[in-house]
Amino acid sequence: MKLEQMYQEIILDHYRQPHGAGLREPYDAETHHVNPTCGDEVTLRVKLDGQSVQDVSYESLGCSISQASTSVLTDLVVGKSVEEAFRILESFQEMAQSRGKVPGDEEIIGDGIAFAGVSRYPARVKCALLGWMAFKDAVARVKEEA
Amino acid sequence: MTTLQTPTAGLDVASIRDDFPILSRTVREGRPLVYLDSGATSQRPRQVLDAERAFLETHNAAVHRGAHQLAEEATDDYEAARSKIAVFTGAEPEELVFTKNATEAINLVAYAMSNSSIRTGLGPESERFAVGPGDEIVVTELEHHANLVPWQELCRRTGATLRWYSVTEDGRIDLDSLALTERVKVVAFAHQSNVLGSIAPVEELVRRAQAVGALTVLDACQSVPHMPVNLTELGVDFAAFSGHKMLGPSGVGVLFGRTELLDAMPPFITGGSMIEMVRMEGSTYAPPPQRFEAGVPMTSQAVGLGAAVDYLSAIGMDTVFAHERELTKVALDTLREVEGVRIIGPDSLEQRGGAVSFVVDGVHAHDVGQVLDDRGIAVRVGHHCAWPLHRRFGIAATVRASFHVYTTAEEVAQLADGVRAAREFFGVA
Ligand SMILES: Cc1ncc(COP(=O)(O)O)c(C=O)c1O
Repeated sequence: MKLEQMYQEIILDHYRQPHGAGLREPYDAETHHVNPTCGDEVTLRVKLDGQSVQDVSYESLGCSISQASTSVLTDLVVGKSVEEAFRILESFQEMAQSRGKVPGDEEIIGDGIAFAGVSRYPARVKCALLGWMAFKDAVARVKEEA
Repeated sequence: MTTLQTPTAGLDVASIRDDFPILSRTVREGRPLVYLDSGATSQRPRQVLDAERAFLETHNAAVHRGAHQLAEEATDDYEAARSKIAVFTGAEPEELVFTKNATEAINLVAYAMSNSSIRTGLGPESERFAVGPGDEIVVTELEHHANLVPWQELCRRTGATLRWYSVTEDGRIDLDSLALTERVKVVAFAHQSNVLGSIAPVEELVRRAQAVGALTVLDACQSVPHMPVNLTELGVDFAAFSGHKMLGPSGVGVLFGRTELLDAMPPFITGGSMIEMVRMEGSTYAPPPQRFEAGVPMTSQAVGLGAAVDYLSAIGMDTVFAHERELTKVALDTLREVEGVRIIGPDSLEQRGGAVSFVVDGVHAHDVGQVLDDRGIAVRVGHHCAWPLHRRFGIAATVRASFHVYTTAEEVAQLADGVRAAREFFGVA
């Protein structure tokens, strides 16, 4: 396993120029997730429009993997139905936690497959999932409140 | 690639390395292992592994129980380990309690204080450990969570108030940041910071604590393994350290408590082995250290720790410290030359041991660590269980290199090269 396989160009691109970064109004729910082993943090907001994801905005403090994966998340879920967004999330999560066994389905997770290499590094899987779990939690909160 | 030779007088690192089987393995596709994470846990020499095996193959039995020959031999070995550790740390054997690790040792004191604070059924001798509303527990901002959270919890349970010394920009405890009053019951602090490497002014802190009648608790996790420490001369009331950071096994740690204090202190964990007399209505407890060692304790681990102490003593802790000082100098000198590197902690060798933490502008610590790992270099990344300290410096994570007697200057010098490679890889060079 080489460094380049883990840090694919796509990841580095998203890291250098994160998509959808910054916290925006209006929003329906905000969550704050931390990775307790390294102190990385993300604050994430979602705005739903009926059954679809209208906006995901975030502010994060963390490594390239966590920043890039949150950036990819916004690309993948904004504009999708909540149901579809969760299908993408599950697919991404399955790949990320597979220890390199699940290559990921590009049809579903697009740029997300660039994180397949990360799944071989157990210590970094949490980084890859930080923003995603914050998103999942935020949507759940909107639903709870509704 | 930087090459450096800094031999420490009287130390043959090459032959020491031969004692550590793990150091000859490779990682990540054939790279020689460069282990710079001894602050998290140290590696163990064959002498320690052999001592554990020999104990288990010839003397293993439950200690302090049974009258058969094996039980006698096992108990003798266990107690012999305690005596060796006592000599090593300038304590009496009865002043040392075996625990699981330093974390448990500190919790033991905090929970004994909690129990004292409840008062019911306890004699007047335990009053000195009682705390309540209006009392204060003092720590520092640089503490490992192991010497912070147990005190936060003690305060929560008893209504006492937690206060702390802050940390200066160059990584020292700021002695001017807090004035102790008669309300202070405990002053707990790290002998050497696991992040900054700075060594605390123990004598001054003990003097200040004693002046207000407070107990002192020394977190000696990063000092006992790396420098000569005489707990009696330091004058602290309690101290804690872990076997696995001093070339010994995991699963064994030590609480030191001055005899007079352990004699008066109520137990934390109760059950078998720690009693004097048990009736259905209630029980009385054994003298220390047994009072604090409930249940069948770790045995081969204690024996292994005794062997680790023999190993370190044969080298000499002055030599270990001098060696790590050389390594720290190499680390500071080579890292300082790398653009964008900021050392978190003292940038000099004064009152400083070998933990070197740093951040790299534009590259997160995790990413630096990954590039280093790719080159076979094992460092710690993150907050190293000192989150408030990192917050104090306005950072989420640092890269930490830490050493032991088997670390070479060449290995340390590879660190700076790896950091340069990380800057290049992430396009900030
Ligand atoms: C300064 C300090 N205190 C306490 C601890 C906790 O030691 P253990 O996890 O062995 O209980 C450590 C270990 O990282 C440490 O470095």
